Amino acid sequence: MVFMLLAAIVAVEIKDMLSSVIAVGTVGMGLSVTFLMLKAPDLAITQLVVEILCLILLIRATIKKEIIFPKKHVDYLRLFTALLFILVFLIFSYQAFKGLPPFGNPFMNVAGKYLSNGVKQTGATNIVAAVLLDYRAYDTLIEASVLFTAVMGVTVVLRLVGRIKNEES
Amino acid sequence: MIYLLCMILFCIGLYCIIIKRNLIKIIIGMSIIDYSLFLFLVLIGYRMEGRAPIYSQTQQVKNLVDPIPQALVLTAIVIGLAVLALMISIAIRLYEKYGTFDINEIRKLRG
Amino acid sequence: MTLIVKEITRLTVGLIFLFGVYIMLHGHITPGGGFTGGVIIALSFIHLVLAYGGEYSNNKMNRAIASPLESFGALLFILLALMGLGYGGVFFLNFISKGTPFTLPSAGIIPLCNIAICLKVGTGLFLIFILLTMFSPGRNK
Repeated sequence: MVFMLLAAIVAVEIKDMLSSVIAVGTVGMGLSVTFLMLKAPDLAITQLVVEILCLILLIRATIKKEIIFPKKHVDYLRLFTALLFILVFLIFSYQAFKGLPPFGNPFMNVAGKYLSNGVKQTGATNIVAAVLLDYRAYDTLIEASVLFTAVMGVTVVLRLVGRIKNEES
Repeated sequence: MIYLLCMILFCIGLYCIIIKRNLIKIIIGMSIIDYSLFLFLVLIGYRMEGRAPIYSQTQQVKNLVDPIPQALVLTAIVIGLAVLALMISIAIRLYEKYGTFDINEIRKLRG
Repeated sequence: MTLIVKEITRLTVGLIFLFGVYIMLHGHITPGGGFTGGVIIALSFIHLVLAYGGEYSNNKMNRAIASPLESFGALLFILLALMGLGYGGVFFLNFISKGTPFTLPSAGIIPLCNIAICLKVGTGLFLIFILLTMFSPGRNK
C-alpha cells in the first residue's frame, strides 16, 4: 500500500500530462494486487480490466491538446483552507475508527447466514455472484440503468447534428 | 492503523481536487478518491487467515472472508468507470468551446 | 498502426473474445461473472478498432449493431425478473430448478442473468468508446 501512496503523490504533482496518466494506471494496478492479497479474486480481475479502459479514455482526452499556463502564482488562502480541512478530516476519521471492530474480525451477522445457506438456497458455489444476482438483485438492476444513463449522457453531450447546423447558419 | 493509510490516500485525492487548476488533474484526483474508498470497503470485511468466498470440491468449509463488501465494490467499480467517461466527455466539450483546460480562465469567460 | 501490431491483433482478438465468453458463462462456479466478462468482450472490440482504424472495423461492429444489442440486454434482464414475478409471488424469484452444484447448468436463474448483464455492459462500454473517439467536429460522420 505504500507503493500506491507513492504513485498517487507522483500522479498529483507531476506537470507532464502523459506521465500523470501513467501514474494513475500504476495506482490502479497496485490496487488490483492488493485485492488479490485480501482474498478477493473477482475484484482483482474487474479492477485490472476496468483500469485498462480508464487509461484508454484518459489518454484520448490528453493526447492532442496543448496546455498553456501563462501565470504560476500560488494562491495562499486556498492552500491554507485546504490543509485545514484535511487536518480536521483526519482527526475526526481517527476518532471514528475506534468504533469499528478490530482489523481481521468482522461481525458477519448477515454474511454468516449467506455463507452457510448460500449453496443450498441458490445452488451457486461462487458466493459473491450469488449475493450479487440473487440476494441483492435490485442493486444489479439499478447499476445496469446507471450505465445506460451514462451512454445516453455521452451521446447528448457530444452530439454533432445541431452543431453543424449552427455553424452553417 | 491500516485504515489510516487508506484515509491518507483519500486526502491526497482531496488535495488534488481543491488545489490544482488543470481540469484533467481534477479528474485524476476523483479517480484516486474512488480507489481509496474501494480499498476501505474491502478492508472492513477481511478476516484474518480467511479464504476467498468460493466453495470448492476439495477444501474444507470454514473461515471464509466476508462476501458482502466484495459484491458492493464490484458494482461500484463499473459505476466509477461510467462517471469517469461522462466527466471526460464534458472536459472535451469544454476544451472545444473555450480552448483551454484551466478552470480559472473558464470561470472568467462565462461563454 | 505498424505491421507487427496488426499481425498480433489478428491472432489474439478471437482469443480475447473467447476468454471473455468463458469467464461470463462460468460466473457461478469460478470468480468472474457478468461484469468482468462484459468488459473483456468490449476490450476485444476496442482492440480491433485501435489497431486497424475506425474505417476498416466499421463493418465488424458499428453503432447500428451495438445500440439495439444494449437495449436487448437490458430488456432481457427485466424480462427474467418479471417471469419470476409471474411464477411465484415476488420479484426476481429463482424459479428454474437448481441442479447439482459445480456443474454448468446449475443455480437457477443466475447464468441467464449473467448473459443479460454481459450483453448490456459490453456493448454499452463499446458505445462510449466509439462516441468519444470517432465523432469529433471537423470530421463528417
